[in-house]
Amino acid sequence: MRGPEFTYARAVDVDNAVALVQRPGCAFMAGGTDLLQLWKAGRTSPVEVVDISHLNLDQIKQSSAGWRIGTTARLSDVAAHADIARWFPLVSESILATASGQIRNMATIGGNLLQRTRCPYFRSIGVSSDPESPGAISCNKHLPGSGCAAVHGDNRAAAVFGASNRCVATHPSDLAVSLVALEAQVEVHSSDATRRLPLRELHRLPGETPEHDTILSPGDLITGVLLPDDARRFAARSTYLKVRDRASFEFAVISVSAALDITDGVIVGARLAAGGVAPMPWRLDAVEAALVGRRPVEETFRGAAARSVDGAEPLSHNAFKIELLRRSVLRALTTIGGQQ
Amino acid sequence: MNPAVAWAVHGGQDGWVIADSIPSRPCVARMFTVNGRPTEVFVEATSTLLEVLRTELSMTGTKQGCDLGACGACTVIADGRRIVSCLALAASYERSDITTIEGLGTLDCLHPLQDAFIRHDALQCGYCTPGQILSGVAVLADNPADRAAIREAMSGNLCRCGAYPKIVAAIAELAGL
Repeated sequence: MRGPEFTYARAVDVDNAVALVQRPGCAFMAGGTDLLQLWKAGRTSPVEVVDISHLNLDQIKQSSAGWRIGTTARLSDVAAHADIARWFPLVSESILATASGQIRNMATIGGNLLQRTRCPYFRSIGVSSDPESPGAISCNKHLPGSGCAAVHGDNRAAAVFGASNRCVATHPSDLAVSLVALEAQVEVHSSDATRRLPLRELHRLPGETPEHDTILSPGDLITGVLLPDDARRFAARSTYLKVRDRASFEFAVISVSAALDITDGVIVGARLAAGGVAPMPWRLDAVEAALVGRRPVEETFRGAAARSVDGAEPLSHNAFKIELLRRSVLRALTTIGGQQ
Repeated sequence: MNPAVAWAVHGGQDGWVIADSIPSRPCVARMFTVNGRPTEVFVEATSTLLEVLRTELSMTGTKQGCDLGACGACTVIADGRRIVSCLALAASYERSDITTIEGLGTLDCLHPLQDAFIRHDALQCGYCTPGQILSGVAVLADNPADRAAIREAMSGNLCRCGAYPKIVAAIAELAGL
């Protein structure tokens, strides 16, 4: 399987990478696991691939504000890193629930955040979304304006939050769910500056322009992810619950990252986010608000879990996700909220 | 960029010319170490490691299955890590140390996992077997704790014949489980 021809350039440093990618149609490549799948499926056709995987951007280091994971750190290296596993077990857990051992050895942190949806219409191999082509499948993410086949089609995997009538696809990352719960930041390098933004603000809802998954501009390069020191207080009580159609090597139907800080019998901190339910990792603010200040008892957890589905809007085949999300949140809270 | 690296760049109808800058042309020379042997091969910018192994080097032990990273038939070990070679852009793996099934054991002296696969009858059609064995070698290097850990670690290698219990048994034997 092949897509259109492209040229290959290996960046020598970050500035060089950003300069190389300025030409229209150029794409960064790190692990390549998603880019090559999309290219083979005819869903992306870069004119040049700018390889950033050999840059010195794969370091995992403690800094003044927390831990910094370089963007090209391989998923397997991050999951196995002793300090990450100790202080941010949600990160390791969610990575180890991701893909296969082979893919985790290739895929990178930055690439994981920027992977594109697994919506079956978007991923249809060799099928055109050009409405003029015979047998075309509509997909606004691939061909803006062609329509969304999932709205009235197979939408079992689709979002129950944040979708629009232009696109109902979910974000597939496990890791991003945990990183959003831990209030991670991403470091973005562009030609004129380096900035940090909350990961929660990286992805965007589809609205009228579902072809844009994130707020990044062409040429922006994620150079690292920052885990705040403050998140270490959740290390003792956190879990990543992933519900999927088979036990391993499968994307989430629903996932929940949950973390609690319980002091003197009272919940003083709560972080929850869900995957498989929205076009972006979905922070469950209302659940958190219903937990903080209360005692960690079943009544509290049930009440909080009920808030996880506030505002959920089902399509024809995914209403089951609403009850599944509520139960998944309850199970996650029960798992980590008991006596230690 | 290491200035000592000279790149051969396709010069159109004039054939191959040597350039000293980063190539951004369709065909470039890449050095690999394949099964311990230094190997120079011309690859296209779009070539996967799988295509280079099978087509350019005629090493067809590495199999193409789904070609999308889902089946594991193309698993090789690159710089000590198992990867799916169908999603590895060959140009990015320049100077990597690649191990394929051809580099494990010989007909007279099989690799212990090859021998275990035969004794446990861990294959039927055999198409997924090179990938299963390369993956299994990497899993053994990680010292799996129990059979459940082996099953989880091997989930990236599909077997349409359903030889999974025997594949796990072969790996478990060598892991002392």
